[in-house]
Amino acid sequence: MSSDTDARPAPVKAAIETTHLSRQFGKLTAVDSLDLSVPPGTLFGLLGPNGAGKSTLIKMLITLLPPTSGTATVAGCDIRRQAVAVRRRIGYVPQLLSADGALTGRENLELFAKLYGIPRRERAQRIDQVLTVMKLEEVAHTLVQRYSGGMIRRLEIGQSLLHEPRVLFLDEPTVGLDPLARQAVWERLHALRDTHGITLFMTTHDMEEADKLCEAVAIMNRGRVVAMGAPDELKARVRSGASLGDVFAHFSGESLEQEGDYRGIRGTRRTASRLG
Amino acid sequence: MAYEERAEPQAAWAEASPIVAFWRQTMAVAAAELHKLRRDPWELLTRAVQPALWLLIFGEVFARVHGITAGGISYLSFLAPGVLAQSTLFIAIFYGIIVIWERDLGILQKLLVTPAARSALVLGKGLSASVRGLAQALIVYVLAAVIRVPLHFGIASIIGVFVFVSLGAVLFSTFSLTIACLLKTRERFMGIGQVLTMPLFFASNAIYPLALMPKWLRAVAAVNPLTYLVDALRTLMVGKVPGAFSLGVDFGVLTLLTIAMVMLASRLYPKVVS
Repeated sequence: MSSDTDARPAPVKAAIETTHLSRQFGKLTAVDSLDLSVPPGTLFGLLGPNGAGKSTLIKMLITLLPPTSGTATVAGCDIRRQAVAVRRRIGYVPQLLSADGALTGRENLELFAKLYGIPRRERAQRIDQVLTVMKLEEVAHTLVQRYSGGMIRRLEIGQSLLHEPRVLFLDEPTVGLDPLARQAVWERLHALRDTHGITLFMTTHDMEEADKLCEAVAIMNRGRVVAMGAPDELKARVRSGASLGDVFAHFSGESLEQEGDYRGIRGTRRTASRLG
Repeated sequence: MAYEERAEPQAAWAEASPIVAFWRQTMAVAAAELHKLRRDPWELLTRAVQPALWLLIFGEVFARVHGITAGGISYLSFLAPGVLAQSTLFIAIFYGIIVIWERDLGILQKLLVTPAARSALVLGKGLSASVRGLAQALIVYVLAAVIRVPLHFGIASIIGVFVFVSLGAVLFSTFSLTIACLLKTRERFMGIGQVLTMPLFFASNAIYPLALMPKWLRAVAAVNPLTYLVDALRTLMVGKVPGAFSLGVDFGVLTLLTIAMVMLASRLYPKVVS
């Protein structure tokens, strides 16, 4: 277990690198021998329909689910052997509502600052900083259950930034947000990348949004990456005037079904109604 | 930009020893729970109803049935520690639903992605259950004083009672968390919660002495942790009744079980989200 505590990461060129990463649930292969490399400081989008394996992949990368075979490094640390070191270096914003509504914004931030081991002398300052950056100073002492959806999302992103992670994982960060709140969230994310050089790894099934905002995307289908690259580059490979939806159809040989399964729909709607 | 170019902020935070870090994480979780409790004191007040009914109605009636107690103490004195232990159990046994609730929301996923020890996340929840247990202890003392039940009101015995109530609350709440981690859904959990409480309660010395039980039930009571909690509270609140264990035995049994439960729950905790 000693290697699991806080081993220094080996110098690497990739923020995320997976090697033959696989995960099976019984007979179902959710992630199938995946090789993926994300350069540091990239705004990276993982696209694909519900059930493509996006959530399983992200759960493995954030150390919530062990792979069946293969491995990956995140911020230079091995997800299997250095899970705690990985957790110190990443932030995670789940798709579901993850701020505690019965606490104030500030109390939510305090809890996470303590869990990340930020020393008392720095804690207040970091929390103030996050509140400012996320434009939440005025509601810092308001219970989160009175926040709007956009404010909750900004708080959740703030919670995951207190410890200055190298890689930030976001699961469908703009689901259920109105266009204005959506834009505000994206502005924050872009600013973070530009000022801190943080790597942003997000899943989305909104191809249009990914097209506009991500610098690189990987398109997943049935546990495999079917295409990877800059959105413009991928579209050009299909035909001029193609959309990312066309790219998906071209490389996977299937048309894109946005409906998803019962569970996926339920999850999305539940999040939407909570945030709404 | 490769990673070695950046400073290592994490290195500075690792200065605390693992034990200090564990304790801070535990207190962070407990503090957050206490913020919630402070805003919703109604929860504590409604919890006072049950012990009041047991003492004022059940207790008053059964005090008229002679021969139920042992050692020449009044039935109400005998019952008061039992009611306290029982309400500690009832508060803690449904506590595990919080893990299902937080999983459904997404809070748990985010907690598990922090470097905090899983056992600290579990123990923090357990300690907040123990604060609720202490509120029950206060209520039982107040009720007993009002209806003039003779109890030991000395500082030492009250401190002892608080220690045992806290221990019992952590034990039963982490037991509850363990069950919740295994069952994973609210519906199944609520069902089993009901199934567990009554046998634990009736197969204990909470409302009648072990000596009155048939032999097989006495054997069940001997492995029921609630028996040891009642036993300790009774010794502290009314004095040693015949057949009681020593406080050391009670403390040892409850502590060992609590440690085992915290370890078990923290192993199962991450499985709830995978």
